[in-house]
Amino acid sequence: MQADELTLEIVQPEIRDRLHWFQLDRRDFLKLCGGGLLVCLAGASGSAQESGRGVREHELPQEVSAWIHIDEDDKITIFTGKVEVGQNIRTSLAQLVAEELRVPFNRITMMMGDTDLTPWDMGTFGSRSTPTMGPQLRTMASTARQMLVETAAQRWKADPSTLTATDGCVTNPKNRQSLTYGEITRGEKLTQTVSGDPPLTPASDWKIAGTALPKADGRDFVTGKHQYPSDIMRPNLMFGKVLRAAGFNAALASVDTSAAEKMPAIQIVRDGDFVGVVAEDPSIAEEALSAMQVKWNVPAQISNKELFDYLRNNPDTGGGEPSHTSGSIAQAVAAADVKVEQHYTVQFIAHAPLEPRAAVAEWNGDKLTVWTGTQRPFGVRDELAEAFRIPAAKVRVIMPDMGSGYGGKHSGECAVEAARLAKAARKPVKVVWTREEEFTWAYFRPAGWIEIRSGVLHDGTLVAWEHHNYNSGPSGINTPYNVANQVIQFHPTKSPLRQGSYRGLAATANHFARESHMDELANAIGMDPLEFRLKNLSDPRLRTVLQAAAERFGWGRSKSTPELGFGIAGGTEKGGYVATCVEVEINPATKKMRLRRVVEAWESGAIVNPDGLRNQMMGAVVQAIGGALFEAIQFKDGRILNPYFAEYRVPRFSDTPEIDVVLIDRKDLPSAGAGETGIVGLAPAISNAIFSATGTRLRDMPMAMGRDLKG
Amino acid sequence: MDDFVLNVNGAEHLVTASGNETLLSVLRNQFHLTGTKYGCGEGQCGACTVLINGTATRSCLTRGATVHGAQITTIEGLENKGALSPVQQAFLDEEAFQCGYCTSGMILSATALLREHPQPTDQQIVEYMDGNICRCGTYPRIMAAIKRASHLQEKGRADHAS
Repeated sequence: MQADELTLEIVQPEIRDRLHWFQLDRRDFLKLCGGGLLVCLAGASGSAQESGRGVREHELPQEVSAWIHIDEDDKITIFTGKVEVGQNIRTSLAQLVAEELRVPFNRITMMMGDTDLTPWDMGTFGSRSTPTMGPQLRTMASTARQMLVETAAQRWKADPSTLTATDGCVTNPKNRQSLTYGEITRGEKLTQTVSGDPPLTPASDWKIAGTALPKADGRDFVTGKHQYPSDIMRPNLMFGKVLRAAGFNAALASVDTSAAEKMPAIQIVRDGDFVGVVAEDPSIAEEALSAMQVKWNVPAQISNKELFDYLRNNPDTGGGEPSHTSGSIAQAVAAADVKVEQHYTVQFIAHAPLEPRAAVAEWNGDKLTVWTGTQRPFGVRDELAEAFRIPAAKVRVIMPDMGSGYGGKHSGECAVEAARLAKAARKPVKVVWTREEEFTWAYFRPAGWIEIRSGVLHDGTLVAWEHHNYNSGPSGINTPYNVANQVIQFHPTKSPLRQGSYRGLAATANHFARESHMDELANAIGMDPLEFRLKNLSDPRLRTVLQAAAERFGWGRSKSTPELGFGIAGGTEKGGYVATCVEVEINPATKKMRLRRVVEAWESGAIVNPDGLRNQMMGAVVQAIGGALFEAIQFKDGRILNPYFAEYRVPRFSDTPEIDVVLIDRKDLPSAGAGETGIVGLAPAISNAIFSATGTRLRDMPMAMGRDLKG
Repeated sequence: MDDFVLNVNGAEHLVTASGNETLLSVLRNQFHLTGTKYGCGEGQCGACTVLINGTATRSCLTRGATVHGAQITTIEGLENKGALSPVQQAFLDEEAFQCGYCTSGMILSATALLREHPQPTDQQIVEYMDGNICRCGTYPRIMAAIKRASHLQEKGRADHAS
């Protein structure tokens, strides 16, 4: 991932717009800050309170002890700020550590995403865990192993180079003396600091990494024992609900809480436009909210109908120069034998993680502890510190492995709400968002308008490529194909809805546009779509996955018919290479379509866990079906019109085709992340398959709302 | 507030709850049986599925007071003396989950399915399970796990008979 793109993902301005800005109670202020500070804090503006921490302020600790602890019973604990959200990183990181430490896999316990216990981490996104945290932990483990060998050598007065470390023991092969790691450390801290680049075991020699080990704590997921953030219980736990505005950008005109106040055993918390209720039971809190007479002023706002006009006509700051230019587009287009100019669109879609946002907050004096589901525990810690004007060191965020996120849980709204209510109630408070709240008050995958203008010669040589993306994002925007004349530009625009990260970011939209357009060009010059791609492609890794997918699929063996269409698409982003072939069945009379078969070929360097990787790829294909065919947020005047699963379909069993995943293991290449890019190939492959069957080109995602083809 | 008796996983509990309180809320917040999940509150996702007298039921749409005296089975009640049920074992063997949040509901729906169709066809699985959402998209593995569970059950019966 490009550095600027990474920055973009962290500081999405829309996500940084807080749902709440608390006045806090006067007594709360005095208690927290002392009277003398009250004036200066109350006078500070909202923006001045922004913590403004950047990545550069956080140096990763070089001491082994910050990352690895070996206790005297040989139990090994690894500390990382990364979090497990279903992508299986708890298991695959443990495999990498076990490999370098030379210990059995089951000796390792991963302590993840606890801001008091683990080193600072930017967050779990951008497919960064495998390529950055992997080497980080391997380096620490390799250093620890060397240190264990040296300590044993000192104790035995032996030459360290003659000792071996295997299976959690250091052994002297000469006299068969042996000590377990725990006997060497005696539970003491590993005092070594990393210097230089300690040797890492090459993937070709891996024995634990690279194997299909089952999920470390898999049994807890089939017995219901695993505690998700929404499952956390505390002594004297209360439940909180927050009054939601009648629309986005609404102002609270009036609220009459007198009827609710008469209800027994509830507490109403009012802080500016924030109104919440604390009760012993969530349904009682809900009843109290319903009993309030509330008036909101909701300004008129645009709907889906005006969306793409809006995006094209409301530029935001930060645009300007194309990210990539070469040659002369105008001349190249003029000289091309065939020119094509088209636009493509994607709608706002929702992450809809099955576990909605959830948090349990507990104050002990001026120290706040919050258990919450987030991909950025340290980011949420800073949000909490900012909201309550307390030092980050007074806030602990603990992230139990959660019911997923897909890029949708970067922000800490729910944690902030639970903490505000807990502060008023002086008891621990749990807030779990309803499905409707999650659909409405979280943020969305950006909608986008993409224009592509291109030129090609009769022999299939691509000569001109101009790609403009409005709003959806720059991820995956550069073409992997060889084109002498290019202009490629992302245009940031104002957004009518709160938007942010989503699995694969804009790579889905940009691949949909590019790979559909490549198909249009191939068709325009009468060349096979795969042949056309390969003719203009020299990246050997992308060529390999395209050929692997085509071979497994049987590409070119049969021709599309009006009832059966075949399509192919491919691409690369974040170090992963993907190619997707699909087969769609279409009823020409009813226009009903069914996705029958998908072959997805994937390569991301050395595979750490082939079973986990296969699961990620299959999941990416299934999740991609929704955005490709039927997911779209409907909105009008600041309201979401389909905030329920009954109205917002996500892929189900009956939408799932036969999926064949082809994994290519490149042990000679570093392991890249694999949670995201597997999602980008499906939509364009479907669009291309539909065209090959029907001759109709669908350029707007989703392509089959209500599962009937458009057009 | 109403008083009623719930029989959950073979044990009887006297409950005092508001008549509107859902079975899901009683199970999670009073009994701390948090294996049953909230996913939507509208009966559309299946994360809250429990068995009521053997029938897969959405506990988010069921008021606790209305199942007074019925036999309720949650994910915590499927193990038998520490041994996983065939469906649990098959989900584990196939690693038919990613984040696992849908897994309890999937396992209970599949348990009811196999009671009705001990050797289900693909079509029967899809139709029966279509009300359960796995947002991570693990459906192909869940299909495989259900078939595996069917074999495990058959094998268990054969072993028991011999």
